[in-house]
Amino acid sequence: MGYVAIKGGGLAIKGAEDTLDYLRCEQGDSGTPLDMDTIEHQLRFLHGRVLSEGGLYHPKLAALAIKQSLGDTLEAAFALRAYRSTKPRLLETPVLDTSEMRVTRRISAAFKDIIGGQMLGATTDYALRLMRTELLDETPEAFRAIAKHWFNDERSDSDIPDTFPKVLESLRADGLLADVDKAAVEEPFDITREPLIFPVPRSAALATMARGETGSLLAIAYSNMRGYGDVHPTVAELRVGYIPVMLPHPVTGELIEAGEVLMTECEIVAMYEGDDDNAKPTFSLGYGACFGNNEVKAIAMAILDRSLQTGMKNGPTNPSEDPEFVLLHVDGIDSMGFCTHYKMPHYVTFQSDMDRLRTTQDKADAKSEGAMS
Amino acid sequence: MTAMRKANAAYPFGFLDEYAKKEVRRTILKAIAIPGYQVPYSSREMPMGRGFGTGGLQLTLSIIGADDTLKVIDQGSDDSVNAVNLRSFIEMTCDGIDTTDITDEANVIQSRHRIPEKPLREDQVIVLQVPYPDPLVVVEPSEDKRKIMHGEADYSRLLVKLYEDIVQFDEITISHRYPTRINDHYVIDPSPIPRWDVPKLNQSKALVLLGAGREKKIYAVPPYTDAEPLAFDDVPFRVESFNDENGQRRCCDRCGDNTSFLDEFTSSVGNKVYQCSDSDWCREQLVAKGE
Amino acid sequence: MEKILEVRNLSKVFGKGCPNCFIKTGPDLDTNICPDCGSVVAIHDLSLDLYKGEILGIMGESGSGKSTVVKNLFFDQEPTSGRATFFDDDKQYDLFGLNAAQKRHLRNHRFGMVYQNPHLGLNFGISSGGNIAERLLMNDLRNYSEIRERARELLERTEVLTNRMDELPGNFSGGMQQRVQIAKALAINPPLLFLDEVTTGLDLSVQAKILDLILEIQQEMNTAMIVVTHDLGVVRLLAGRTIVMKYGRIIESGLTDQILEDPQHAYTQRLVASAL
Repeated sequence: MGYVAIKGGGLAIKGAEDTLDYLRCEQGDSGTPLDMDTIEHQLRFLHGRVLSEGGLYHPKLAALAIKQSLGDTLEAAFALRAYRSTKPRLLETPVLDTSEMRVTRRISAAFKDIIGGQMLGATTDYALRLMRTELLDETPEAFRAIAKHWFNDERSDSDIPDTFPKVLESLRADGLLADVDKAAVEEPFDITREPLIFPVPRSAALATMARGETGSLLAIAYSNMRGYGDVHPTVAELRVGYIPVMLPHPVTGELIEAGEVLMTECEIVAMYEGDDDNAKPTFSLGYGACFGNNEVKAIAMAILDRSLQTGMKNGPTNPSEDPEFVLLHVDGIDSMGFCTHYKMPHYVTFQSDMDRLRTTQDKADAKSEGAMS
Repeated sequence: MTAMRKANAAYPFGFLDEYAKKEVRRTILKAIAIPGYQVPYSSREMPMGRGFGTGGLQLTLSIIGADDTLKVIDQGSDDSVNAVNLRSFIEMTCDGIDTTDITDEANVIQSRHRIPEKPLREDQVIVLQVPYPDPLVVVEPSEDKRKIMHGEADYSRLLVKLYEDIVQFDEITISHRYPTRINDHYVIDPSPIPRWDVPKLNQSKALVLLGAGREKKIYAVPPYTDAEPLAFDDVPFRVESFNDENGQRRCCDRCGDNTSFLDEFTSSVGNKVYQCSDSDWCREQLVAKGE
Repeated sequence: MEKILEVRNLSKVFGKGCPNCFIKTGPDLDTNICPDCGSVVAIHDLSLDLYKGEILGIMGESGSGKSTVVKNLFFDQEPTSGRATFFDDDKQYDLFGLNAAQKRHLRNHRFGMVYQNPHLGLNFGISSGGNIAERLLMNDLRNYSEIRERARELLERTEVLTNRMDELPGNFSGGMQQRVQIAKALAINPPLLFLDEVTTGLDLSVQAKILDLILEIQQEMNTAMIVVTHDLGVVRLLAGRTIVMKYGRIIESGLTDQILEDPQHAYTQRLVASAL
C-alpha cells in the first residue's frame, strides 16, 4: 500500500478553491456578478460591519472582501485585516472631534428633548419585522422609482443643521458628569503596533473593542445587562454620521480634510460613582464607537467600556468587568481562526494522547488484577 | 494554482511591511537573549487563520531572505494540506527563495507538531507554530499573575498538577505540549510536539524559535541551551512507547525503521498500520536500503 | 529569650484617611470610624514583640483590628504606617520594606497562616495531599515518594485519616479542613505561624482537639505563633502572653494568667466576666 501521509495536499487545496469559486458562480447563465457598488449600498449594514471588524476603512476593498468570501462577515473582515498587515503606517491623524460629525441620525434616551432635537434618521428600531413580499420580485424600475421619489419629495429638512452639540456637554455643564477622562488627552495606545500587556490603558480597550466582533461584544455586554454586572446604562446619545478625517499636509504640516468616515458613536451614562477625592459624585460614562452604521456594536461597546472601567479600578467581579476576559475574546479574526484550526490534522498529538491513555489503562488493569489475586 | 494564489495586489517581499518584520526580528533577539521568556509583540494578521501557524509564519517571513532554502512540515509531512498551503504562500510572497522536502538541505524549517528526526545543525533554524504559549495557563487564567509566576520561576502549581496526575493515574498524563524548563528558569510550552521530540530541544545545535500569532508571543530555545521536561526525581519524564503487546519495538511499515515516531492508523482493509511520521526520515531510510 | 518578631507603631486605615483619623477614633471615643472622612481605623500605633517558640494571643471583639494585624504581617494587606522586623537566624527582614517577590518568599518558606475560612488557606481544586505537596514543591522538594511520605506524615500528625489524603478538601468536615490547613501551614516547618480564629464556628469538642493539636505542635516544633481570637478560652489554653485590642488600639497586655485573673481595663473586665 502507498504512503498515506496526506499526499497531494496541493491538489486538494486547488480543488477546494475551485469548488468554492464555482459555488460563487453556480447560478451560471442566469446570474449577474455582484458589483462593488451594489454591495456597499444594498448590503450597507453588512458592509459597515466588515469595515469596522476589519479595522480598515476601505469601502471598495470591504465590498470586494464580502464578494470573495460569499458574504461571510468573519472571512471578509479577515481579508481586510490581512491586507492591512502589508501596509506601512505613513501618517497619523490627530484625535478627531466627533462633535464635527455630519449627523444622519442622533437620539437620546435620557431626555425627551435635546438641543438640536432628536433625529430618528434611518433605523429599523420601529420597523415591523414583516416579510416584505413585494421585494421578492422587485423590478429595476420600482427600485429606481423609490430613490427618485425620495429626492423629488418636498422635504422640510433644509433647516436641519449638519452638526449638533453633544448631549453630554449639557450634562457636564450641569455638573452631573465627571470631567473629561485622561484617556481623551493621553497619547492613545496603538493596538496595531503594540501587544496588549495587562493591565492596559482604557484607550487600548476602546481600540480593541472598536474592531471587535459584533456578536462577541454583544454577548458579553448582554451578560452584564442581564445581571452579571450592574452598569444599568442610559443612552445619553447615539449618533450615526460622517466624521471628517484630518491629516497633516506632508509638506506644510497643516491639517487638511482628507475625506470622511461613516461612524456610529454611543455615549452611555451609568450610575454615579462614590467620591474618590472628596469630589461630588457624578454620573459615570461609557463610550462606544465604530466604523459603519452598527448601533448594536456601539452600544455594547459603551456598556463594556463602562464595566471594564469598574474592573480596572476595583478588580473584576464578573466576566464583563475583566479586561483580560473581554479584550482577549472579542476579536473575530482571532476567535474564528482558532475555532477553524481544530479542523486541521492533529494526528501526532492524538497519537501521544493514545499513548498516555493506553499506559494508564494498562496500569489500571495491572492494579485491579493485583487486587483480585 | 488558481487566480486566488496569484499575488496580484503587489505585496511586498515577505508579505509584511518592513517595519513589521523589523519588529519581529527585534523580538527574536530579545527572545534569544532571555531563553524561554515569552516576549510579547504586536502580531499582524496573516491571510490564513489564527491557529494555522500565523505566529510561525511571521517568524519565517521576517527572517527569510532570497538565498535561503525553506522546508515546511505539518505532522511530520511536507505534503500535508497545511504545509503545502503555507509553503506556497511563502514562495508566492518571497521571490527567489528555494524550497525543499529534504531536512538536510533546508536552513529554515517551519513546522507544526514535529521536530525532524534527523538531528539539526548549527546553520539551521527551526520555527515552531504555537497555539498556547503559556504552560501556566492550566493553573492560572490571569496573564498578569502568570507573568509574576514566570518571573519568580514559581512553577509549584504546575508540579502539583503532575503530582495529582500520578496520584490519580499512577502516570503523568500530559501527552504533548509537555512543560519544559529552559536554561534552568522559564518553563515553556514547547508547542504541541509529542514528548518524543522534547529531548531534541535540549542542547540543540539549531536555534529553535517559537511563535504564537494569536496570543502575540515569541520565545526561543537558543542553540546549546538546557531544556529539561518537568518531572520528579523518582518519576522521570518518558517519551511515547511504540512497543507491541510483547514489548517488541514496532517498525515502520514502509521503511522498516524502528527508531522514529510512528503514526498509527487503520488501513482501508481494516488492519492497524504503523508508519514513520517524519516523511523525509522515512524516505532517507528507504534510500539507505537502496529502494 | 530570642526575639523573632518586632512590630512597632503599626497602623492600618481603610479609606483615604485624614489628619483627624487617629484623634477622633479609639476606645475612649467608642468608634473606629473617623467622623470627618469616614475612614476605618483598623489598627493604630500597635507595637508588640514575639519570642521564639512563644504563643502570643491577640484578643478582641470583631472590629477590634486583631485579624488585620496578622493579615498585615502575612502580607495579605498593606499597612498604612509602621515597621515590622522578622529575625530569622542570623538574618533580619524589614517586612514592610520588602519587594513583592521577597514577601512571597517569606510567605512560602518561613511563615505559615491558618485562616478561619479554609477556602483562603487551601486550594479546593486539588487534593488535601496535593495542597501540602504544593508547599513542599515551592521548597524545591522534587521527589514524588518523599513528597508523598512527608504529606502523609503531616496529615497523620494533624490527625487526618491518611487514606483520605487524595480526596478534595471539599469532601471534609470543617474541623478536618482546619487540620489539613494546619498540616499545610506546617509543611515547611515555619519558625513563625499565624492563626486567625481557627476554631471559630467549629463544635466545642472539635475545637478542643484542634487546640490540643496546636499546643502539641508548638511544643514539638518550637514554633512561634500569633493566635488571633475573640474567645477567652483559646488564649487561656494556648497563649503565654496576651494583647487585648479594642477599636484598633491595645488596651491591655501582659501574661495571660494575669489578664484573666486581674483585668485592669473595664473592657477586659467585662470580657472576662462574661466568659465566666
